[in-house]
Amino acid sequence: MINNFNFEKNFKLANISSLFLVLASVFMIFFKGLNFGIDFKGGTLIELRCDSENIQISDVRASFNNLNLGDVNVKEFGKKGDYLIKFERKNFDEKNSIKIIKETVKNKLQGNIDFRRVENVGPKVSKELLESGLLAISLALAAMLFYIWVRFEWQFSIGSIIAIFHDVLITIGLFSFLSLEINLSIVAAVLTIVGYSMNDTVVIYDRIRENLIKYSSLKIGEISNKSINETLSRTVITSTTTLLALISIFILGGEILKGFSLAMIIGVIIGTYSSIFVASPILKYLNVSFKTISKEKEKN
Amino acid sequence: MLNFSNSKVLSIYLIFILISIFSLTNFINIENSFLKKKINLGLDLQGGSYLLLEVDSSSLEKKRLQSKVVPLKKKLNEKSIKFENFIINENSINFKINENDFKNFEQILNIKGSNEINTFLDQYNSFELEYSKNNNEIKIYLSKYGVINLRSAAVDQSIEIVRRRIDEIVTKEPSILKRGNNRILVELPGIKDPERIKELLGKTAELSFRLVTKGEDEFGSEKFIITDSKEEISVSKRIILSGGNLIDAQPKFDNLNNQPIVSFSLDRLGSQRFGRVTTENIGKRLAIILDNEAISAPVIQDSITGGNGTISGNFTFQTATDLALLLRSGALPTPLSVVEERTVGPDLGQDSIEAGVVSLIIGFILVVLFMTYKYKVFGIIANISLISNLLMLMGILTLLEATLTLPGIAGIILTVGMAVDANVLIFERIKEELRNENSNIQAFDLGFKKSIVTILDANITTLIASIILFIFGSGPIKGFAVTLSIGLLTTLFSAYFISRHLASRIVFKNRDNKITI
Repeated sequence: MINNFNFEKNFKLANISSLFLVLASVFMIFFKGLNFGIDFKGGTLIELRCDSENIQISDVRASFNNLNLGDVNVKEFGKKGDYLIKFERKNFDEKNSIKIIKETVKNKLQGNIDFRRVENVGPKVSKELLESGLLAISLALAAMLFYIWVRFEWQFSIGSIIAIFHDVLITIGLFSFLSLEINLSIVAAVLTIVGYSMNDTVVIYDRIRENLIKYSSLKIGEISNKSINETLSRTVITSTTTLLALISIFILGGEILKGFSLAMIIGVIIGTYSSIFVASPILKYLNVSFKTISKEKEKN
Repeated sequence: MLNFSNSKVLSIYLIFILISIFSLTNFINIENSFLKKKINLGLDLQGGSYLLLEVDSSSLEKKRLQSKVVPLKKKLNEKSIKFENFIINENSINFKINENDFKNFEQILNIKGSNEINTFLDQYNSFELEYSKNNNEIKIYLSKYGVINLRSAAVDQSIEIVRRRIDEIVTKEPSILKRGNNRILVELPGIKDPERIKELLGKTAELSFRLVTKGEDEFGSEKFIITDSKEEISVSKRIILSGGNLIDAQPKFDNLNNQPIVSFSLDRLGSQRFGRVTTENIGKRLAIILDNEAISAPVIQDSITGGNGTISGNFTFQTATDLALLLRSGALPTPLSVVEERTVGPDLGQDSIEAGVVSLIIGFILVVLFMTYKYKVFGIIANISLISNLLMLMGILTLLEATLTLPGIAGIILTVGMAVDANVLIFERIKEELRNENSNIQAFDLGFKKSIVTILDANITTLIASIILFIFGSGPIKGFAVTLSIGLLTTLFSAYFISRHLASRIVFKNRDNKITI
């Protein structure tokens, strides 16, 4: 089967909707903000399991009252009887406070209470984690920009970087829109999305470069279209297998990996879309032609 | 591309077997140092406690400067330099001298070699102290390297003390590492409730024995309140004995009232001094001060010359045990605070392993089924390549004795999804070439040749991202970067060698038949 879809025809429409989505994401991130987890905001997270059938979420919430913890966020977490509790604890820095909290909660709730997970991140550390997370993402982008620039031409660098920004912004925008938590594993997910999206873009760019030499008389729009079609089945198959693996983690991997795998699923879908509808049209707008590549060849 | 010499085939599979055989050592126990290697489970999978401690070095600088005061004054007197307005600030010593004494003063600080006041730090090629002169006012402060040296010494010393304290109560292998300039990372596998450890690490355990005074004495005095009786006492600033003189401390029960007490033994110097002081001061009270709190202040009944003594103070056996432990391990140079703490219970860890393994198996089966459906025989080649990929990944993780975390398992699953990409790129390319080429061999050859460039380009970009993640990521995230990076490398190996070799076998067998992919 040889694919022959006219992607070029839809470039404009796709670009306008991409632009809209990116702007909407930036708007969301700025005005609605991000739901930072304790990794980046500082605070305490407790995952507990109660074995008593009679305990309601309101009882759990009530057990954290009068501890002067500020806003306490309690939610059910996976199985029945599992709860996740988060609070910032701004005006409380007794050294053994976690001990006191544990004892108080144990006394107030009936049945066996198992503290499955306790995490506490101080304000200084959370600031550093956020900084190093942003630094890691920026460095990854810079390193890839450089790699593409060395392997291809600058036009390709710009195209791929815009595509990556597109993917990352929309993924984070969606997280803001859905009020999903941003924590360390989301940074890992974003970096993997960056790698995946780049991987996808490079496959199409490689083909475009090859076809520019092969069909030097064709215009870049037609070449992009041809290259996308030629690599389309690979794009679809690889996205499918990656998504199969990710969906398996999302459904079966437990509560802790949910956010990570969701971010990856969103990112893979957007990343696949962007290499076709964002990275390729940019080459057209930048007037890439056979000459762009051959000029470089002569220089060498 | 399709011609494999026998020696090449042999070396490919030899490498594969050598690496992947190590994945088996995780499941069997062999008493051989080389075959004993196993993948470590991260704290999030086996359960345990992760504590990041920060050394608070601000108080150290003042302490260090204070220690310079007595020798400095002595030296100034020796050289007959008159000084006035001698003040110790938060981070400097200030005083005034005569203009014509300045040269003499500079000599005190500028001698290299055995300078008891201003140590020359050879490793930094700098003095510990610096000074400035404003009219006739002198200001002495720690140099940049003086501060660095002080901090790093404090962290090193703290690590030593932390290790001693933890080794006494933790049975499983703890890991204690320096992190950055002023932090200590403690990982305690199997610890479900780190509260007691946090308490033990939160105390500096600076012990001193000092005489209780009636009024002022020549060293000055300060007020303390005895913790239990709430009695206020005035205690001399002169330290008779400090925790440094202790060589052992053990919890015991008092013979008379069966109360828990801590008995201690002193070193030679400490015994002598303790003997002298107790002989000279019978009838007076001796205060026992721990971290600026008075534990007790018993009356000296008799001279104690044997170098052994006891501390009583309304202890429970637990607190007596902890105090003995703290005294045995020595004092921390400065307080430690817990700036990050993550504790995972063992059953959550077990749940995470199960969930991770189940999703890995299901993800793997889905991908294998999909590839078989899509590419038939060649799908099976891709699957063989995928399995060998996973075996090698496990083997390398074992060889490196890497730590597997929950995000690390996610990295492996992601590798499963993305590893087939290399095969897909190759097969799709061959498919295209088969349309143009009449010769199967020619088509396969070209397909491999052309796709390998793309595969390299595509995987290197992901590798860049995961290496950066490894460098900047913390804790469990590092585990993700490790499995993803190694997974990418094994993917390249299995696609380029194993898939290619298996495909070549099929092509050579069917060189004249029509091959469909």
